[in-house]
Amino acid sequence: MAVAETIAAPVEGMRSDLMRQRIRSAWIFLAPMLAVLALVAGWPLVRSIYFSFTDASLSNIEAAQWIGFENYLSVTTLKSGRVIYDGLLADPIWWRAVWNTVRFTIISVTLETIFGTIVALVLNAEFRGRGIVRAAILIPWAIPTVVSAKMWSWMLNDQFGIINDILMNLGIISSKIAWTANPDTAMAAVLLVDVWKTTPFMALLILAGLQMVPGDIYEAAKIDGVHPVKVFFKVTLPLIKPALMVAVIFRMLDALRIFDLIYVLTPNNSQTKTMSVYARENLFDFDKFAYGSAAATFLFLILAVITVVYIVVGRVNFDGGR
Amino acid sequence: MAGLLLRDIKKAYGTVKVLHGIDLDIKSGEFIVFVGPSGCGKSTLLRLIAGLEDITSGTLQIDGKVVNQLAPSKRGIAMVFQSYALYPHMTVYDNMAFGMKLGGGGKAEVDQRVREAAEILQITPYLDRLPKQLSGGQRQRVAIGRAIVRDPKVFLFDEPLSNLDAALRVQTRIEINKLHERMEGVTMIYVTHDQVEAMTLADRIVVLNAGRVEQVGAPMELYHNPDNLFVAKFLGSPSMNTIPCVVEAGGAEARVRPNGCEPIRVKAAIPESAAGAKATFGVRPEDLEITTGDDALFRGTVDIVEHLGEVTLVYVDIGTDEPIVAKLDSDIPFAKGEPIALTSAQKHLQVFDEKGVAYRRI
Repeated sequence: MAVAETIAAPVEGMRSDLMRQRIRSAWIFLAPMLAVLALVAGWPLVRSIYFSFTDASLSNIEAAQWIGFENYLSVTTLKSGRVIYDGLLADPIWWRAVWNTVRFTIISVTLETIFGTIVALVLNAEFRGRGIVRAAILIPWAIPTVVSAKMWSWMLNDQFGIINDILMNLGIISSKIAWTANPDTAMAAVLLVDVWKTTPFMALLILAGLQMVPGDIYEAAKIDGVHPVKVFFKVTLPLIKPALMVAVIFRMLDALRIFDLIYVLTPNNSQTKTMSVYARENLFDFDKFAYGSAAATFLFLILAVITVVYIVVGRVNFDGGR
Repeated sequence: MAGLLLRDIKKAYGTVKVLHGIDLDIKSGEFIVFVGPSGCGKSTLLRLIAGLEDITSGTLQIDGKVVNQLAPSKRGIAMVFQSYALYPHMTVYDNMAFGMKLGGGGKAEVDQRVREAAEILQITPYLDRLPKQLSGGQRQRVAIGRAIVRDPKVFLFDEPLSNLDAALRVQTRIEINKLHERMEGVTMIYVTHDQVEAMTLADRIVVLNAGRVEQVGAPMELYHNPDNLFVAKFLGSPSMNTIPCVVEAGGAEARVRPNGCEPIRVKAAIPESAAGAKATFGVRPEDLEITTGDDALFRGTVDIVEHLGEVTLVYVDIGTDEPIVAKLDSDIPFAKGEPIALTSAQKHLQVFDEKGVAYRRI
């Protein structure tokens, strides 16, 4: 605190040499990172946005012509007087993908937050072998998504999958279900795998928050005679809220971009097609590079808006709330 | 109005025994201080009384009722933690009202109690602030306020002053003393490693060492008549000078000869059978004075001189491993290497047997 104050409020007109030197070294340390970021993130982003305003195609990217907002929305009035809307904003499949993504994000992040909190609370308690359990629980998160998606796709397989087998033997279902292909269950399957995979990540972030809560507060609450459930909602939750908010935004950004899991687990299923899948499809499969770029740009826009709204409305404090 | 009765209280963590059978009678309204070096089990004992830890064996009674299995909130206690343990996201008011509010206290009643406690501790202007907007001393008051609001029969303090600076510590100590006078009939149990706090606050001090009670008694009683070497050395600053000695004679004409010194006549109940036994001779630095006569107990040279303002500590090399410390008048000039002779009235001299148990003074 004291240090931050001295840096934030130097005596007026007294920007010392030392201060200038510190700022200079800060920039020197930041420069390599900024350069790499500009190269691998900034430049592609700018290119994508640029292509979304052209008629570029995969076979001939260099010959791209500027066509303005045509990829987003083009209005053509026919001789008959009929008006035809075309472009991304008029594409029901796109909006379907947007809805799929948002639905996926809301459900998966909600479930992961709840389960992650429960897991974190358990891991925060003292018990034998806690270190091993903490490490073990990270395994789903550590497995590459493509691998775990393939693994689950086998387990969920309609013919040979172990899940169908178990459910059949238990008599819960009467006929085998094609979990990943069936429009009714595809989204559920994706959610299941995503929750399985990312709950550990949430748990770890929340656990970090929990460990910032001093233990004696719980003892004070014990002496005050506060019921444990009330302690959780009145003491623990408010105190880990900053960490929770940051964890949620991490997961939300991730979920809104989801691609690999769905691409492997439920390819070509309109129930689970997300914005990223849609963009890739157009970019590479359909040879509509410019159109795909428009979708990617729009995805970026949606992400940016949601993030800003979340940070402002949720008053997220990236300093950890202290 | 509640006394406490501790009978053979033991505490072990796994195979590590922390407390080895504590017996204690605490009268209603008494101010008891647990004191001892770190790791002696004093905080553990307090936490057992609070109910924050399980008692391994033995019984604990509060107000005549066995409370071993009772939840902390049902024991009629309140506790002030060393780290204050305030809820950081709640205002001072909410911190103090939290327990009562959730305990189903009426709004008006809660409000009245909180305001009363705030008034006593002079924190009324800060009721709307968050703990982080308060100084250490103010936070400690809030923690005490929260305890007062609970209207406890037994007040527990776990080293409440150790996070405060020296000046504030003295001030808060006086306030805690006042609080005890004000809260008539409320038993207070206070844990500290600071002997000054123990001496100034306690009706009775419980000196703990390595999970055992060394001695229980009024502060001055412990100071003047320590049961053993540990208590003798623990209370008093600088601590008592102790020198290994040999008992030359017991009985009415008891005499001991500290290593490297002349024999010293002592008024202690040393049995005649103890003649020739090893023992420890002790005298407090404040009981030593300079002598020019032939009654010197120690003769040596000045080694180190520490000026504290009101007194001067003189470390005298008398040929033993440790120098002898004397607390002397600050007006006397001393020079390193200067010869010096020290004496003390016979009533101040103490002798401890080989096991460190004091021979009663007569």
